[in-house]
Amino acid sequence: MPPGADPLSPPSPAIQIRQARLELGGRLLFDRLALDVPAGRFCCLLGPSGVGKTTLLRLVAGLTPVQGQTSISANDGQPLTGRIAWMGQQDLLLPWASVLDNVMIGIRLRGSRPDSAARERALGLLHQVGLADRAGDRPATLSGGMRQRAALARTLFEDRPIVLMDEPFSALDALTRLRLGEMAARLLAGRTVLMVTHDPMEALRLGHQVLVMTGLPASLSAPITPPDAPPRPPDLPELLHLQGRLLAELGREVGP
Amino acid sequence: MKALLRAGVTFAGLLLAWAALVRWAELPHYILPGPERVAARLWSDRALLADHALLTLAEVMLGLILGTVCGVLAALALMASRTARRWLLPLLLVSQAVPVFAIAPLLVLWLGYGMASKVAMATLIIFFPVTAAFYDGLRRTDPGWLDLARTMGASPWTLLRHIRGPAALPALGAGLRVAAAVAPIGAVVGEWVGSSAGLGYLMLHATARIQTDLTFAALFLLALLAVALWLAVDFLLRRALPWLPDTHGFEG
Repeated sequence: MPPGADPLSPPSPAIQIRQARLELGGRLLFDRLALDVPAGRFCCLLGPSGVGKTTLLRLVAGLTPVQGQTSISANDGQPLTGRIAWMGQQDLLLPWASVLDNVMIGIRLRGSRPDSAARERALGLLHQVGLADRAGDRPATLSGGMRQRAALARTLFEDRPIVLMDEPFSALDALTRLRLGEMAARLLAGRTVLMVTHDPMEALRLGHQVLVMTGLPASLSAPITPPDAPPRPPDLPELLHLQGRLLAELGREVGP
Repeated sequence: MKALLRAGVTFAGLLLAWAALVRWAELPHYILPGPERVAARLWSDRALLADHALLTLAEVMLGLILGTVCGVLAALALMASRTARRWLLPLLLVSQAVPVFAIAPLLVLWLGYGMASKVAMATLIIFFPVTAAFYDGLRRTDPGWLDLARTMGASPWTLLRHIRGPAALPALGAGLRVAAAVAPIGAVVGEWVGSSAGLGYLMLHATARIQTDLTFAALFLLALLAVALWLAVDFLLRRALPWLPDTHGFEG
């Protein structure tokens, strides 16, 4: 059971992507791509920029229309729509709303008003990300790391079994990024997470599984499973070894 | 406060230059009256000037309100419906090619010599900047917000209410600032074309009788009115949008 999740929420499903094909502006980004995100696991998708990682993530989120034979489904047979929480590269906080209202924006966007129970839950999540005392402030008064933590609280508030993240920490400095990654891994435990990143070390620390996407049209490597459960300490020697391997794999495609 | 002081110093400097010009060039007072003559006229005819100024102010305010309401509604219609975009947008753009001043006589013909034609003039002149600014703001919503809203299951209405609308308010504010600056022009042009009251009428009337100092007094009030209106709009916008980083304002 993920912390902060509704005890009644159904278990997180696995995601299966089959025959994924995407042509963008005459360029075939990928074709017949298959990807499995195991249920309740944190899966990291690593690759050089421009390889189509984000596009693949958007396909799963339903933000980009599917092409050809592409099939994206959950293993429990239910549709994915309405079961996904999205976290983008930017924090996407609304500058006119307080941090608390930003966390609860999903309720308003679905056409109702947050009640006291929702407010309490949002405050609890803000507490978990260490922003309880900033609930009434506007996002502009927060630092970059705090803003991304508020975005994480908003993602958690949606309480969806599947969470898709597109380089959520890429704009942060190394240390903030490390802490936020750990926080995300801890708070999202138990959900099916697919996170796109271009940082091999981040992927190795946070992912149950790491997949490397390279080439044009892109293909996926066999999943790499680092030892122990995430979040892993950044000084684990095993990770450094794996990072070397990943960098070599990424570099081979890009060339010198 | 400092900005106010600077503006005051600049204004005083201009007055001095004006007085000096009148003295040295020995201009007759019916061509260019000195500031002291204008000030005297401003005082002696204060009741007359106040009456006309209030009427012009009323025309401008009504035009501003009507033009803003129409502009906001038009922008929302353009945003909401593809059909409206297809039919209304070209019309709107072409309508801008017709100089509003050119149709002023028609407005007077249709709506009479009273306030209505001037209000219509002011409304017409600010309708386009408000529509264009707000529609532009509505269209330029951060695509990231739209993605987020889509994954959260937003409807077009809630998206407009909670994201598109608030995000477009700064753009609407920019349009309103322009509107506040041009609305007095609309009203005065309307008064020039045909009326029996208002500052524009007073200016024409006084110039025809070579009461140039009265013309200047009316012009001064008109300028004062326009500046006050702009400042009021700017102040209200700042109050309404406290989350905006800072906008280019009077203080800037």
